[in-house]
Amino acid sequence: MIRVQEEDFDVGAEIAALTRDRTDIGAVVSFVGLVRDHAGGDDVGGMTLEHYPGMTEKQLAAIEREAGERWPLSASLIVHRYGRLAPGDRIVLAVTAADHRQAAFEACAFLIDWLKTKAPFWKCEETSDGPKWVEARTEDNTAAARWHDD
Amino acid sequence: MKIRYFAWLRTRVGHVEEEIAPPADVTTVRALIDWLRAQSPRHGEALADTTAICVAVNHEFAELGDPVAAGDEIAFFPPVTGG
Repeated sequence: MIRVQEEDFDVGAEIAALTRDRTDIGAVVSFVGLVRDHAGGDDVGGMTLEHYPGMTEKQLAAIEREAGERWPLSASLIVHRYGRLAPGDRIVLAVTAADHRQAAFEACAFLIDWLKTKAPFWKCEETSDGPKWVEARTEDNTAAARWHDD
Repeated sequence: MKIRYFAWLRTRVGHVEEEIAPPADVTTVRALIDWLRAQSPRHGEALADTTAICVAVNHEFAELGDPVAAGDEIAFFPPVTGG
């Protein structure tokens, strides 16, 4: 399941909803991305997340489908926010559930690694020098490539 | 053909989107970028460096050699930074 929304999410409630009435799940792994108050020496007062409605949902669904093909997942969820966010705010949630922890851990890392290089979101940070578009990080491409992209 | 711009490409071009009708010989992403660059100095500057730009055709990532046609939605944006 994937969701793109402006409003905040409740991590506990999301996991509870994903696993409700399920007795077959043995492991749940979640990743939560938060807004940092600093970036490379600059203070960050907040950020605005822009995305490409239509393509975003399509890409997130494809990433989730790919994870389900690579690991034996019982359930999964991606929630990504857009709009203005303040330091400490939640940005993204990725949850994976499986019989055993290894599949859940690996699939969760995969979801967030691929999301960072394939989902059309852009962060514009508020810095003391004014708004600054965040540049893509080489490390994110390296992290995504370890899953043997293509 | 609908063109959409995101992030700094949107601010540099000065449009969120535009409806265009390029000549018939514009059949690839590469040819479309060349044609758009000539439309205004802002387009020329925003689309100057193709290594800094990602392209999507109808919501799928595309390469410079991929085809474009009337009715397509083409988006230009910088490398993504979500998550």
